[in-house]
Amino acid sequence: MTETSWPLWEVFIRTRNGGSHRHVGSLHAVDATMALHHARDAYARRGEGVSIWVVPSAAITASDPGDRDLLFEPAASKIYRHPTFYEVPDDVGHM
Amino acid sequence: MSIKALDSRNAATIAADREARFEARIGAEEKIEPNDWMPERYRHTLIRQIGQHAHSEIVGMLPEGNWITRAPSLRRKAALLAKVQDEGGHGLYLYAAAETLGVSREALVDQFLAGTAKYASIFNYPTLTWADIGAIGWLVDGAAIMNQVPLCRCSYGPYARAMLRICKEESFHQRQGYEIMVVLARGTPGQRSMAQDALNRWWWPVLMMFGPPDQESQHSDASMAWKIKRFTNDELRQKFVDATVPQAHYLNLTIPDRSLKFNAATGHWEFGQIDWDEFKRVIAGFGPCNAERMRVRRAAHAEGAWVREAAVAFARKRRAAAAAVEATPARAQAALG
Repeated sequence: MTETSWPLWEVFIRTRNGGSHRHVGSLHAVDATMALHHARDAYARRGEGVSIWVVPSAAITASDPGDRDLLFEPAASKIYRHPTFYEVPDDVGHM
Repeated sequence: MSIKALDSRNAATIAADREARFEARIGAEEKIEPNDWMPERYRHTLIRQIGQHAHSEIVGMLPEGNWITRAPSLRRKAALLAKVQDEGGHGLYLYAAAETLGVSREALVDQFLAGTAKYASIFNYPTLTWADIGAIGWLVDGAAIMNQVPLCRCSYGPYARAMLRICKEESFHQRQGYEIMVVLARGTPGQRSMAQDALNRWWWPVLMMFGPPDQESQHSDASMAWKIKRFTNDELRQKFVDATVPQAHYLNLTIPDRSLKFNAATGHWEFGQIDWDEFKRVIAGFGPCNAERMRVRRAAHAEGAWVREAAVAFARKRRAAAAAVEATPARAQAALG
């Protein structure tokens, strides 16, 4: 194919009920404006959101799945970061 | 383990370990994501399957698109437009999922237009009357949903997520088709016979949508082991028949199968022999509409070339203009008017 391949964009949508933008998929578009239009047509045909972000896929830096342990293992051993690590007498009630 | 010990292990052992880890993750129902290591056979199986699935969505727009301008009411027309638009969107989700495996959109489309990639054989049958639009929604989409719901649990993350979206959106497709059938079945004798005729023509090709019988399916075993597929072709076909026969009875329409009978012991509907020669003929390119479908897709792609090129040229021009504005604000602003 000739010089027609369009760059890839990642689409994030914030739903009606607030919360953060969530990744919903990707699409090809020549620029950000077209990416927004395509995102509306492709990922929000049923009014799924109130706000769309489009980000060039090439701009995303992802961690290597091979580094999973390196990145996340230290958190797994710190069980004292979770509320259930601490004992509260039953008769205190819900806390 | 020391660096030295790692070095001394040969490449074959490392590869075997990697494969074993992959199998273990599949076994533990973990999703495989694009950056994860995966066997090349797994990658190729998925590219082939997701690609075919995407092509099917795109070709699937044609038989129904044929009736948009002739829909009998504005309500039906709006529904059909929305359905066909969904199918285009579903093709896009699936192409995007396939692209995460390292194949380009252009390569997938080229394979399809060159005829080297397949698409669902069902779309090579013609839509002769309005009742066919009802039958397609009820039966073709019904069969597709039966196939697709288990794919939401597929081991490959991007495919599973695309299927979740698709299944959510497709639930209206089958319902709008059945609604058309209900109206026709309760209509004039002419409308009833139109509905029956559509059922007669679509029933057997729809049963073929689930693919060859298990003992002849060439891709099934590996796909089941990798949890790409969760049920065999025959299991899904049986589920579909069991779900659909009562729906036909409700319409007072007759399923065109003299051998069809309910087995009270198994709780399943037993059905007659499927004409697998017909299936093979249609897959090989000799169905009633294969040539027509390919001709239309190739023409659409060729006729759209200028749009793709113009969009790239326009984006380039806008980038140049924006750069010029940044370089010499006053002059460029004036030139842009």
